[in-house]
Amino acid sequence: MTWVWDNLDLIGRLSLEHVRLSVPPIVLGLLIAVPIGWLAHRYRRARPAILTVIGLLYTIPSLALFVILPAVLGVGFLSEVNVTVALTIYAVAILVRSVADALGSVDAEVRQAATAIGYSGWSRFWVVELPLAGPVVLAGLRVAAVSTVSLVTVGIFVGVESLGYLFINGLQRRILAEVASGLVMTVVIALVIDLLLVLLGRALMPWTRVDSRRSRRRRPAAGVVSR
Amino acid sequence: MTLVLDALAWLFSPERLTGSNAIPTRLLEHLFYTGISVLVAALIAIPVGYLIGHTGRGRELAVSISGAARALPSFGLLLVVVLLVGTTRAPLAAVVAFVLLAIPSVLAGAYSGIEAIDRRIIDAARAQGMTEWQILLRVEVPLGLPLLLGGLRNAALQVVSTVTLAAYIGLGGLGIYIFRAIPLRRYDEMLGSAILIVVLALVVDAVFALLQRLSVPRGITAGRATRTRGSTPGPRAPMGSPIAYK
Amino acid sequence: MIEFRSVSKQFPDGTVAVDDFSHVLPTGKATVLVGSSGSGKTTLLRMINRMVEPTGGQVLIDGTDVAKLDRVRLRRSIGYVLQAAGLLPHRRVIDNVATVPVLNGVRKAEARERAYELLDKVGLDRALGERYPSQLSGGQQQRVGVARALAADPEILLMDEPFGAVDPIVRADLQLELNRLQRELGKTIVFVTHDIDEAFTVADQVVIFRKGGVVAQAGTPAEILAHPADDFVASFVGADAGRRSLQLQHRPGDDRPLVVDRDGRPIGVLESTVEAAPGAGASAQGGTAT
Repeated sequence: MTWVWDNLDLIGRLSLEHVRLSVPPIVLGLLIAVPIGWLAHRYRRARPAILTVIGLLYTIPSLALFVILPAVLGVGFLSEVNVTVALTIYAVAILVRSVADALGSVDAEVRQAATAIGYSGWSRFWVVELPLAGPVVLAGLRVAAVSTVSLVTVGIFVGVESLGYLFINGLQRRILAEVASGLVMTVVIALVIDLLLVLLGRALMPWTRVDSRRSRRRRPAAGVVSR
Repeated sequence: MTLVLDALAWLFSPERLTGSNAIPTRLLEHLFYTGISVLVAALIAIPVGYLIGHTGRGRELAVSISGAARALPSFGLLLVVVLLVGTTRAPLAAVVAFVLLAIPSVLAGAYSGIEAIDRRIIDAARAQGMTEWQILLRVEVPLGLPLLLGGLRNAALQVVSTVTLAAYIGLGGLGIYIFRAIPLRRYDEMLGSAILIVVLALVVDAVFALLQRLSVPRGITAGRATRTRGSTPGPRAPMGSPIAYK
Repeated sequence: MIEFRSVSKQFPDGTVAVDDFSHVLPTGKATVLVGSSGSGKTTLLRMINRMVEPTGGQVLIDGTDVAKLDRVRLRRSIGYVLQAAGLLPHRRVIDNVATVPVLNGVRKAEARERAYELLDKVGLDRALGERYPSQLSGGQQQRVGVARALAADPEILLMDEPFGAVDPIVRADLQLELNRLQRELGKTIVFVTHDIDEAFTVADQVVIFRKGGVVAQAGTPAEILAHPADDFVASFVGADAGRRSLQLQHRPGDDRPLVVDRDGRPIGVLESTVEAAPGAGASAQGGTAT
């Protein structure tokens, strides 16, 4: 424990660095995933192909992707860009399916009603479909955010400093507290970002507050089955 | 482009088949760690997941665990377990860590597979006079199999990825080439082995995808189930569900 | 004979589904429990095969308290048909029908042979037996549900809104089919519905519920139509709206009078008049529509 008290500065600095590295992939991931998800939703035929390719990206082990990207992008091996791009790819992989599912979950009758009262395709997407798809997109975004924060640590192997530094340094010096504090702080950052996203979602989508808890569990009406 | 050619040259060089770092040896190590970890995770998580799915109890807890587990950086968890168990027993410690990392996905696959079944089907089975065991074995297990395999698929991919990182602590596996090459800036080896790791992951993914497809019982048209207990994750469900706050 | 003795059911959340219900359901007759949702009728039905346990009172079958019987064996001895059939989607139709006999240890070949006979009985082509439930129409699935319920040749048949999910034309078809089967088999049927017309079509005896499992009126369809107990029942059966008070309209040049409702809308044609048999339900529905 003394290690932690003696190194609060270091932990603080690395935590900030960790947050700085985590945010761009989450934001970029969402911005890129919305149009791709929309394509997958809009063009039924393309959907399986798009989702399969995107799904395959998600299967690539992180270290391998960090190592492959410099060759593909033509940037330096130690560049932070590699990590940002790699994590954006993972975020996109998670979010495209969420966006496609979310748009698919919008009630067809609501969509038709919106058209009937005079929304054109473009305004209908922004005013009706995207907001109604919001909760499902948010669920995907939260998953993407949490996994991004956790994956940032792997960047240390290609020289990008984050809380992952505490893992490697702690291992070399055999200090459990150092490694553990890196682990704990990563989880804390993930949970804080997750919570912020939940609060943001509530602020942007006030209607979900009403029934979010109820819709979580559906039980048969005459339930309470005896066994 | 030359980088890629160099990488392929490294990968297909005859030297890769000989010596202590021969690719087949490291590949088998990688598969061994993955296989044993997923197996142990399955032995633990499937019964628990079925219990949760069948009774509906403990669901919130399982959702929270599988959601929060994603926040754990796998390499950090690996090191904590290794330092706790002792570096002399690193392989055992590593397997413990892999199992811990695999459990949430398998658990989620097991309980969500049962949860995604139309409640009326289970209700009808019970009303016909099936015992709870018969409901589980004859209705819930076969109908939940595709999602269970989806969970095992995610678990296997997670472990394949983490075993790569575990080479850093001298565990072997395919990651060893990357860690060996990084300090020496040997880009051909780095890229060549990374390609190999990606291919391994894709093959593992494809095998499970095939099993999943074969496991869908005949007579089921996808997406017909309605009135389920929880939300229905997609057949692949690479993302699972977010953390549930009580 | 199924007897409810001051049965109550309060769910853990405090809602009272059934409050002190007592009633005898005669053997070999079809009793229909009818009411709007939340009237506790399904809860009562599910108490008979112990899918729901009462919080007070007893349910007896031929004098034996069902609480003393083994749940699983009890359920296997009672046929159960529910809305949307609840067939096992991963088993072929024929194996769905054979479910209970197989559970009871009948050899598979034998159970299948009997299952095919049941398909005949409920008016399904034997060729459908090799299909999966998802390959059948809603009405066909419902027939399979009935065949499955009959497979172990139970004395009692529980039907929980069995025809609720099919369209009106198919539903009318299934109701007539059920009446035919019932004349042939003479089971003790307990049938739950919220559709009063369906109740009158199927029932020997009707029990009408208010909210919270309170009986508004019980009797034969004829009794209920002729003498609704109160305004609630009158409104429920549509007597207050004039839907049940019919008139004969004689038309020049046609000796068969037209049956019309209070507003003069035609319901059918009067073919002949018959004497009511005591307790007969079917003739109570007004004119014979042709």
